[in-house]
Amino acid sequence: MNLDLTPEQEAFREEVRAFFAENTPAEFKPRVRAGMRLEPPEYIAWQKLLHNRGWGAPSWPREYGGTGWNPTELYIFESEASRADAPLQFHQGLELIGPIIFTFGSDSQKAKYLPAIVSGDDWWCQGYSEPGAGSDLASLSTRAVRQGDEYVVTGQKAWTSYAHVANRMFLLARTDPDGRKQGRKQDGISLFLVDMDTPGINIRPVITIDEIHHTNEVFLDDVRLPLTALLGEEGKGWGYGKVLLDRERSVTAGTTIRLAQQLRGARDAATQAKIGNRRLIDDPRVADRLAQLDVEVLALEAMVMRTMAEAASGIDSGPRASMIKVRWSELLQQITEFWVELQGYGAMHFASVGNQPQGEGDPWAAKGMLYSRVTSIYGGSNEIQRNIIARRALGL
Amino acid sequence: MDFSLSEEQRLLRDSAQRYGAENFEFSAWRARAARAEPLDRQGWGKLADLGWLALNVPEDDGGLAATPVETMLICEAIGRNLMLEPFISSCVIAPALLTNGGSSLCSELLASIAAGETLVSLADAEPDGRFDLGYVATQAEAIGTGGYRLTGLKSHVMDGAGADWFIIPARTSGAPDDAAGISLFLVPSGAAGLVVEQSRAMDNRLNASLRLEGVVVEPGAVIGEIGTEYGRLTGAVDAGIVAQLAESVGAMDAAYEMTLAYLKTRKQFGQPIGTFQSLQHRAVDMAIACEEARSIMYLATLSLSQPERERRRMISAAKTRVGQTSLFVGRQAVQLHGGIGFTEELAIGHYLKRLIMADVRFGNADHHRTRVAELSAAK
Repeated sequence: MNLDLTPEQEAFREEVRAFFAENTPAEFKPRVRAGMRLEPPEYIAWQKLLHNRGWGAPSWPREYGGTGWNPTELYIFESEASRADAPLQFHQGLELIGPIIFTFGSDSQKAKYLPAIVSGDDWWCQGYSEPGAGSDLASLSTRAVRQGDEYVVTGQKAWTSYAHVANRMFLLARTDPDGRKQGRKQDGISLFLVDMDTPGINIRPVITIDEIHHTNEVFLDDVRLPLTALLGEEGKGWGYGKVLLDRERSVTAGTTIRLAQQLRGARDAATQAKIGNRRLIDDPRVADRLAQLDVEVLALEAMVMRTMAEAASGIDSGPRASMIKVRWSELLQQITEFWVELQGYGAMHFASVGNQPQGEGDPWAAKGMLYSRVTSIYGGSNEIQRNIIARRALGL
Repeated sequence: MDFSLSEEQRLLRDSAQRYGAENFEFSAWRARAARAEPLDRQGWGKLADLGWLALNVPEDDGGLAATPVETMLICEAIGRNLMLEPFISSCVIAPALLTNGGSSLCSELLASIAAGETLVSLADAEPDGRFDLGYVATQAEAIGTGGYRLTGLKSHVMDGAGADWFIIPARTSGAPDDAAGISLFLVPSGAAGLVVEQSRAMDNRLNASLRLEGVVVEPGAVIGEIGTEYGRLTGAVDAGIVAQLAESVGAMDAAYEMTLAYLKTRKQFGQPIGTFQSLQHRAVDMAIACEEARSIMYLATLSLSQPERERRRMISAAKTRVGQTSLFVGRQAVQLHGGIGFTEELAIGHYLKRLIMADVRFGNADHHRTRVAELSAAK
């Protein structure tokens, strides 16, 4: 057991540190610190910047345009990004559909889609959830009916983040509605790769409590897809998501390491807030609450380090990635809540009115605090995560 | 970055777990606890034969000079099996204090600890100092012969009931809470003027409080230098804290595993109680707590070789988090066992009591969180 890096890893750390110090735009930082997402054009610019450096797909194998880094290098990369208040890369193409395409896609699908994900030319959205299929995703009812050399898709998708920006969507739809009665409801679901300009796709914006347009409803009315839109085999779409479980460790590592950013934000707020000349951070109650968050973040980072070291040695980490997701979302909420609490009346300045200047208000902490509510809901709510851990890992 | 064990370390871990499981089956443990002996001489002799007692003793003094990872592996087994052996006091903290102590007495005691012949406990706490290691009101007055006369009170000395020797921090100058002016003295348990009051803690550990009523020691009883030993004291106690964390993680894992097994076998309303979602989620939270504790305990163990500032911050953070998570696991283990968990007849309650004492020992979670805050503020 040791925490040492090899000389090569130390050199790599220096290289990455210099890159982020030089290239992280200052205007990103207040939002990144608050755990907020950037605007789509900013994400695209960031992706292109990394791509030009050869780092467009840090977690992908080299043969598909990735860096081929091992988990330790990935950990170093994300730690240094966190230190520099650099953003996470937008994940839906890179982490959600890309790996499914390079694992299960045809050669022409790989050639068509993978390079554009790495270069930032394509933006993917995820057509999974439906109004009647949230936590119980396998109950989805959007149908894709084969008619000659086309699939005709009809249904409605919910919580489709960035559908209004994306030019592509990966979509789960039922190709065997009768199979639902015979077998498991997971059977008969297929995965499609869809161009968003296909006729019949309509988008309704859904504004969330942080007053940002992240997400949408998507209506699919007789959307005609070529047979080549099918990924892998018909009816096997549900199982392809399993490849993501193996990769979950590196994805949760990247997000979790960034809790240090939110902690720095909260600490700065406590340092700046004053009653007369007395800084809030000098109040032992405030220092104590910050220390508690510090300690919990350290424990979680330690879990991430173990998980990444195990990934590098090909050792199974069991349910730890799901555990990290649960704890990360809980801590993100606690840290941003405390940050806003530290702002005191400053939290009341959420936005300016008319031509009034923004003034001293920093709305990003409040937006981050509001946004953080979704992190314990999306990607399988924390209650669903606990169900899964109980069943798969604890055998209950 | 590597958290795996070497082949030798794996063998040591397996042998420690095997020894604990074979010798501390619950009914045997209860009988041992009921005897209320400060030391099971025969068992201690076996540990000496296994080499455990020599792990932290320098090679020159007949020891193995192992790394903190070996100590961690032994302590996990100790915690998992609720072993009452005075390992942390005699074989982790005492050797750290005695190493390079500069006297023949120090070397003799080190060799004797490694051989399993002598027990040595640090008297680190005083009645007015709460958890502050630097609070030393006990006075050491120089006397004509080059020796010292010690006067003061020491409270709750870990494993003090069975100690053959005590290491006494005493003040040769300054005010009670000054870091400077602290010296360390070796005092045999039978010394004239030393009153040893034994007590039993809820985890069945036999401790002691000391009254030093003008105990006279020879010049050879001084460890290190006069007046400048606070750093030696904190370094040794940090090693003890880290060992204690491994013990807690071992005990947490055992309590969690027993609880999980119980959820699968205990039936109510015609089904195993582990089929109820509220209990499943509680069990998952216990599993997460065990993972958090183990992970930060590893970092604390590895931090022993880091510069003082990082070391102290990491160890205090780990003591805080392991204290919190272990008490959560211990209390939920009792809760999920229901009425039977509340009895002396089942091991689970004894794990809770062990974990409560582990949190208090060397300063509780609250104390160490304050230290994390201080170290962050000074950044």
